[in-house]
Amino acid sequence: MEHRIGVFVCHCGSNIAGVVDVKRVAEELADYPGVAFSTDYTYMCSDPGQNLVKEAIKEHKLTGVVVSACSPTLHEATFRRAGVGADLNPYMVEIANIREQCSWVHMEDKPRATEKAIKIIKTMIEKVKQDEALDPIAVPVTKRALVVGGGVAGIQAALDIANAGHEVILVEKEASIGGHMAQLSETFPTLDCSQCILTPKMVDAAQHPRIKLMTYCEIEDVAGYVGNFKVKIRKKAAYVNRDVCTGCGLCSEKCPAKTDSEFEEGLAKRKAIYTPFPQAVPNKPVLDAEHCLYMQSGKCGICAKICPVDAVDYEQKDEFVDEEVGAIVVATGYDLYPMINIGEYGGGKIKDVVTSLQFERLLSASGPTSGVVRRPSDGEIPKEVVFLTCVGSRDPEHHKAYCSKICCMYLTKHAMLYKHNQHDGQAYLFYMDVRTGGKGYEEFYQRAAEEDDVLYIRGKVSKLYEEDGKVMVWGVDTLTGQKVEIAADMVVLGLAMVPNAAALELAKKLKIQVNEWGFLSEAHPKLRPVESLAPGFYLAGAAQGPKDIPDAVAQASGAAAKVASLFAEKEYHREPIIAFVDEDDCAGCRVCVSVCPYDAAEFDEERKVAHIQEAICEGCGACIAACPSGSVTQKNLTDDQLFKMVTAALED
Amino acid sequence: MFEPRVMCFFCKWCTYAGADLAGTSRKQYPPNGVAVRVNCSGRVDPQHILWAFREGADGVLLGGCHPGDCHYQDGNYNTMRRLSLLKPMLKELGIDPDRVRLEWISAAEGDKLVRVMNEFVDEIRELGPLTVDLGEKLSGVEAPPEAAAAVAAARQKPAASASKKKTKAKAKAKK
Repeated sequence: MEHRIGVFVCHCGSNIAGVVDVKRVAEELADYPGVAFSTDYTYMCSDPGQNLVKEAIKEHKLTGVVVSACSPTLHEATFRRAGVGADLNPYMVEIANIREQCSWVHMEDKPRATEKAIKIIKTMIEKVKQDEALDPIAVPVTKRALVVGGGVAGIQAALDIANAGHEVILVEKEASIGGHMAQLSETFPTLDCSQCILTPKMVDAAQHPRIKLMTYCEIEDVAGYVGNFKVKIRKKAAYVNRDVCTGCGLCSEKCPAKTDSEFEEGLAKRKAIYTPFPQAVPNKPVLDAEHCLYMQSGKCGICAKICPVDAVDYEQKDEFVDEEVGAIVVATGYDLYPMINIGEYGGGKIKDVVTSLQFERLLSASGPTSGVVRRPSDGEIPKEVVFLTCVGSRDPEHHKAYCSKICCMYLTKHAMLYKHNQHDGQAYLFYMDVRTGGKGYEEFYQRAAEEDDVLYIRGKVSKLYEEDGKVMVWGVDTLTGQKVEIAADMVVLGLAMVPNAAALELAKKLKIQVNEWGFLSEAHPKLRPVESLAPGFYLAGAAQGPKDIPDAVAQASGAAAKVASLFAEKEYHREPIIAFVDEDDCAGCRVCVSVCPYDAAEFDEERKVAHIQEAICEGCGACIAACPSGSVTQKNLTDDQLFKMVTAALED
Repeated sequence: MFEPRVMCFFCKWCTYAGADLAGTSRKQYPPNGVAVRVNCSGRVDPQHILWAFREGADGVLLGGCHPGDCHYQDGNYNTMRRLSLLKPMLKELGIDPDRVRLEWISAAEGDKLVRVMNEFVDEIRELGPLTVDLGEKLSGVEAPPEAAAAVAAARQKPAASASKKKTKAKAKAKK
């Protein structure tokens, strides 16, 4: 067959053209064997750019297309659609990645970057030459979703998907849903009570007929692909039969063992058998084996004796539940950057230096001090409180380079609420910039500064230390150039938001991308902000990056809409890039059957040859590399294609 | 200065995505390697590595997901095992086994990709250009005539030119 391949070199503005000599690339490739047409254009993915591709396919009767542009993860689908628009089979369109893997990484050596771009394109031309026209494989979609993380984002996503008519499994690793929002006192800029707006949603999620709530559970393993995930969920041993438990609370009341409460951020104690907080959903306790006297020493057992329904079960083990779902929403949330990392602020050793979440608990009416701000060291009401922004954020040399986005606002809220609490107290707020991007946020900041007399000082604090029961604050006011020294009763740190510690492990299990700070990566920073690059995974909330409640909720609803649109289709179309057996060549050795991780390769006893089941094959290629006779191969990535691609990559 | 030619095989889930991340983070590394995207590092057959050396590569870099993280469960373990078998064979062919490197680079490890690329290019530069003519060496390996005849008889259709090398490998394997 005569090859008539079109090469389209994208400038991507100056992203590619600024480094790679795109004109030269297009000209040189015009003479490459099999190339019928070669050109360059500023933005190939734009409408005129795509039209240029379509027109060229028709005019030059192209049999294959190589678009030389950004990574195939971004626009492969775009250009394949363009190909279809010109009656070219989508699998005859390939992408040569000359941006992410060439122009952006070789900015200092333009001539060699140009050479490399040519080589990359040649490999793809060689691939297209042997590509065949394929049809996507249609697979059924399981119309059931999994939401991981029961904070406000996860709850919202679960509710929206359930309200769209689909079943949802909401998995939360803690004993109750609610996440960090349940810990907050009041929310900026409206000062609604956080629990008052959240708890009804928590109850809705728990009572929704289509939501299966699984608290105190973790994701153990995920297999499969979009539309057909198989999820293994670990039900952690709660040592309480939570189906039987009535939530009467007698066990917690009588339990003699105490430890720091996670919900109260260590400012109060909880029992070893406990519900995290009074409004917990479900309102049923779990037993913390590490602090339980009976589990540790075999003595006690009060909770089991006192439980009126015999729900306490010290022998309980972790259980595993298998579920099948079609889509997964990841809403694993955030943690605060640990104080131990900030040595200059005492590294967590100064009692009256607290985190912002601790201060939320001190402000909360349901908190350990019943909403009266008292300092942890001696329970006194502080008269001078210093709030520090950008603790760990915007500090690329020592900590995190990014802005945690919400600290300016919540510290402003803290200072304002403190002033409402203590009219004669003084609140100081050190800032680098006050960032108030949000509806009503600037007005809120103005109110704090003007009506509530919060003193804003532009500058960074260099050191905190203890002296005579005070926290000494050494800083500078960079507007006046003067040194500032404050003997504070209490200091509140606006620590950087970091991804939840368990989320990184989970991202590995789900095989979804994270950025250099561990936040989940969206498929496109602007245009696909609620999807992961891996199909079937959707992102919601602070797991994707620091954000406030309205943004987290909006993203969760966006993710839910994406799930609903996936479920609206009868079938999902899978890539047909799978393995197949040339039965004439197959010696029947069954190596492929033994290496296939999906049991897609099977042995036909009658004909003594191997056979690959299309519907199951994932296209990993393990069988192909293992086959001693070379009789298994991959559609559109055959051994011969790989050989030719290698040759093209290495040719001068 | 000698600029080594490096052939890269990156799995699409981890290392290729890691290389994309290096790009979006604008991390710089030398342009000595061209990457071919494969679904899984386990798709890479030792033949592809030998072929790369034959076609003028001075080094071959394989990138896959970290052990336990393979998108296809255990493809990367296959790669690891195949490579440990290939390395002694390379030595016999007169190719320094260090010219092949297998690295686990996740989608989040753009930095690691840059470090590995820099290190590997430097190492290969140190080793110098590959002077072994693999084409000549491998062409000396002939299948015994009876095996070749058996293979030819088993095949009704004439072998395509590209599968010649495979025929030899098959004959060797059967022997």
